[in-house]
Amino acid sequence: MNFLSLFVLVPLLMMLGLWVARNVNQVRGVMVAGASALLVLAVTLAVLYLRERAGGATAEMLFTASHVWYAPLNIHYAVGVDGISVVMLLLSAIIVFTGVFASWKMQMLTKEFFMWFCLLSVGVFGFFISVDLFTMFMFYEVALIPMYLLIGVWGSGRKEYSAMKLTLMLMGGSAFILMGILGIYYGAGATTMSLTELARIHIPVEWQRIFFPLTFIGFGVLGALFPFHTWSPDGHASAPTAVSMLHAGVLMKLGGYGCFRIAIYLMPEAAKEQAWIFLILTGIGVVYGAFSACVQKDLKYINAYSSVSHCSLVLFAILMMTQTSSTGAVLQMLSHGLMTALFFAIIGMIYGRTHTRDIREMSGLMQVMPFLSVCYVIAGLANLGLPGFSGFIAEMTIFVGSFEVNDVFHRTLTIIATTSIVITAVYILRLVGKVLYGTVGNPAHLQLTDATWDERLPLIVLIVAIAGLGLMPWGFSHIISDSVLPVISQLAR
Amino acid sequence: MEHTIFLLALPFLSFLLVGLLGTCLKPKVAGLVGTLSIAAVAVLAYVTAFLYFTAGRGADGAFATLMPYNFTWLPLTETLKIEMGILLDPISVMMLVVISTVSLMVHIYSFGYMDGERGFQRYYAFLSLFTMSMLGLVVATNIFQMYVFWELVGVSSYLLIGFYYKKPEAIAASKKAFIVTRFADLGFLIGILIYGYYAGTFTFTPQAQVLAAAGTMMPLALGLMFVGGAGKSAMFPLHIWLPDAMEGPTPVSALIHAATMVVAGVYLVARMFPLFIGYGPEVLHLTAYVGAFTALFAAVVACVQTDIKRVLAFSTISQIGFMIVALGVCTSADPHAGGLGYMASMFHLFTHAMFKALLFLCAGAIIHAVHSNEMAAMGGLRKYMPVTHATFLIACLAIAGIPPFSGFFSKDEILAACFQFAPWMGVLMTFIAGLTAFYMFRLYYNIFWAKPYDAAQAGGHTPHEAPKSMTIPLVFLAAVTCVAGFIPFGHFVSSDGQAYDIHLSLPVALTSVVVALVAIGLATWMYKGAAQPVADRLATTFKGLHHAAYRRFYIDEVYQFITHKIIFRCISTPIAWFDRHVVDGFMNSLAWVTNAASVRIRGLQSGNIQTYTMVFLGGALLLVVILLLF
Repeated sequence: MNFLSLFVLVPLLMMLGLWVARNVNQVRGVMVAGASALLVLAVTLAVLYLRERAGGATAEMLFTASHVWYAPLNIHYAVGVDGISVVMLLLSAIIVFTGVFASWKMQMLTKEFFMWFCLLSVGVFGFFISVDLFTMFMFYEVALIPMYLLIGVWGSGRKEYSAMKLTLMLMGGSAFILMGILGIYYGAGATTMSLTELARIHIPVEWQRIFFPLTFIGFGVLGALFPFHTWSPDGHASAPTAVSMLHAGVLMKLGGYGCFRIAIYLMPEAAKEQAWIFLILTGIGVVYGAFSACVQKDLKYINAYSSVSHCSLVLFAILMMTQTSSTGAVLQMLSHGLMTALFFAIIGMIYGRTHTRDIREMSGLMQVMPFLSVCYVIAGLANLGLPGFSGFIAEMTIFVGSFEVNDVFHRTLTIIATTSIVITAVYILRLVGKVLYGTVGNPAHLQLTDATWDERLPLIVLIVAIAGLGLMPWGFSHIISDSVLPVISQLAR
Repeated sequence: MEHTIFLLALPFLSFLLVGLLGTCLKPKVAGLVGTLSIAAVAVLAYVTAFLYFTAGRGADGAFATLMPYNFTWLPLTETLKIEMGILLDPISVMMLVVISTVSLMVHIYSFGYMDGERGFQRYYAFLSLFTMSMLGLVVATNIFQMYVFWELVGVSSYLLIGFYYKKPEAIAASKKAFIVTRFADLGFLIGILIYGYYAGTFTFTPQAQVLAAAGTMMPLALGLMFVGGAGKSAMFPLHIWLPDAMEGPTPVSALIHAATMVVAGVYLVARMFPLFIGYGPEVLHLTAYVGAFTALFAAVVACVQTDIKRVLAFSTISQIGFMIVALGVCTSADPHAGGLGYMASMFHLFTHAMFKALLFLCAGAIIHAVHSNEMAAMGGLRKYMPVTHATFLIACLAIAGIPPFSGFFSKDEILAACFQFAPWMGVLMTFIAGLTAFYMFRLYYNIFWAKPYDAAQAGGHTPHEAPKSMTIPLVFLAAVTCVAGFIPFGHFVSSDGQAYDIHLSLPVALTSVVVALVAIGLATWMYKGAAQPVADRLATTFKGLHHAAYRRFYIDEVYQFITHKIIFRCISTPIAWFDRHVVDGFMNSLAWVTNAASVRIRGLQSGNIQTYTMVFLGGALLLVVILLLF
């Protein structure tokens, strides 16, 4: 068996372990052991991948394996990774690991919560290791369904509404994706579902014109494509902390990954023809999300709109279709995943203490919870693209890459997108000034305590990852840049 | 020159150490760690300067440009990459000396000034962060590295302005500083993008034939970069953040908002000087006009402010205007034919850093003594604070341009350069120099002379001289101010790298000294006494002007209008409403329609056998009829 399958097997084993666990401590034990194993696995994979590449492996996908699953439709359980998936797996492992600690104090139905959490991880990891269209789609669905229960049962606020809205909108997206996948399969002659093989088959342009937008919008819904992003603010606001982290941190990346890996890679001609429509939508999304975030009053809404802005930038960069901008898009996925998880983790911890997320009801938290507040400031500075943190690397790669496209339309959009760096500063500093600085407004808040060890650990892990990427970007940039090349050369065909 | 890496590494380590350990360290220990690391940096900077300038000139008569470190930090495209490294040339070495000297003085001074403050450790951590970023900025080997550190100094400034984070004014000021400069940095970033695309590199020395092909894009790129520089260097109309930035601790104002960070824009123009001269002389002259207007505007405002730090802030804006003008009036790279301004600008940057830091540190000592920023709470302090008084006077004479203090020499070169460019420019700048002398002595008299100090009004509190840790830096900087004018600056820095002998042009020097003396005399006549009838009468006669200048010509109100009314009220709020009610409303209405439709048709699935049979029979009958007919 190929060792990549361990990424799916470990969460499944964790579910088994949870099933037999008899008390909270055993549940925690299983989760920590499993999440650490996944983290180790992801790091090992990254090292092995680099060694293989350094050793001269030039294949597009490494560590491939394929087993026939359903022969009549040529469906295989096929796995393999390239630089992009390695990075995404690493991101997912970090978020799962920190998510476990962020839900350390989960009181209600702990075991069930974590079982759904593990199933969600199965879907996420499975999606990133697959190279077969149908298998990818199946894992995608596996990742979506638990979300409904996780938000509907363990959420807060208008949780049933949000869970239903999120699930329905994403399901609508997956209906589009399914149509797209079937279109690709039959358009390419119904001989294979394998990504790499499909890429070598030319799909008729007339087919592409129909199925490219379906696929792109389908994945775009998950990647917060304007105007299909509205599930995101409600969904994130209602979800429990760890679910928000995993959802904004990893699940939204499935959208960008799918757009790039499936929609653009397999249907390049239509992508080139229709990119301008989606460029306008994503360009709007970048600025629109940032402006909307400026006037929100709920901490989670601010972060959700900020995610809309940053995830739109991912799709924007993908559509610019240069090697640099695509590298930037993947870096942005990684960077946004880490930053937004950090944000949601901190917001969850603050909410757990103050029982409010309304910024008008909080002030001066720096005095009562300095650790959390400092982490919040760091997260905010990373979010507004301060050099030394990952956001800067990603944004600059995207901007330089987008500017390579030498015509007025693309240049204008690029310049519009760059304005987001100023608007981001506006809403981040507004938030920091209102909530963290100043004097404590509510006397009851004076009694609050700072973060405990199980809360500090995930924050430190995430900050180290963000700063590490921000200070030493060359390695990541290199891995990713090599791996986006096949897609870019497909476009140049 | 391999040791230069420690110039950046030491402050960074000290930042990490003090920042991470935080309150685990005793305040004194944290301060000591920060100060010692900066002391080491200062020694290293002096050694570097000594080695660099004694190494001799190359065959072309200029000092060599060294690059002891340069590595690819972030590869972008095939040709473009962000590199990180250390570049040593005359201006960067000069800046190393300036930054490390002022930073060291501020570190020492802060021991006394910040004594007993909550967050002492945090303060020193931020100071280290700032020093590291500023040093990284000046030794940048390419424009993108400069931008990286440019942002870092911006954030250090934000953190230090907001050091007293419980004060609403400090929060607002820090926010304003960051957002205004970020807005300007947007211009800088787009300029870099254009530059990178058309020059094919981020380094400062692109190939000439590539640039020639870029056509009008290069002036555009340079102009946009200057917008970034104008933001950091507080050029009109982006100056609005600087006066508010005085909410930060006073030593911070001395370091960041007087001596080092705010001259980053000047440094940027100087760094890109060959490109400005070669490909965008018109942009360069545009900067001169911006600088001249800013200098005039700020000088007028400084004449009527009553908060002593605000006066100094506007004076800083005005003096940076001088530096920008000096660069902007250059018409060639030859110091003997129109390129004098480059040297003059750098010289003024150097001398101004010293005397303006001194002024701010003196102001800090005064504020420390009387617990107020307002002139009304001062007066007659010369008896209580002799050291501060003497050093403040030296700095005032320097900035007013009185020989033999340093400001005279550098300002004289600037005025000479202006007269070479255009007579009206020279006249204008001489007039502003006179205004400078006037408002500085207005400040001086109001603090140290005017009415005798009224202890009863201050609650029986008698002002006292500052502690040793604060007076030593004052004396040191005053000494530098006395002698710095005699440095043969042109031998180290000049626009074409050749040695240039500074020679005073007698008419210019005489005029400026006479104008300064007249202005000082005027200030003495108006402000020396306890009662100031002339000043009061002027204020009432020109009430409108006085009030407008006091309110800084309402530029802040414009800023408030733009941020609050336009960005929040007219853009963000409608967008947020649109999102919730139109985009999301559409999604919700889809769900509602689906729901309503299913309510309507669910009657069909009643489970009633008779109904089903009737429908079944009716349908069958219909089919039979259709089949029979067609």
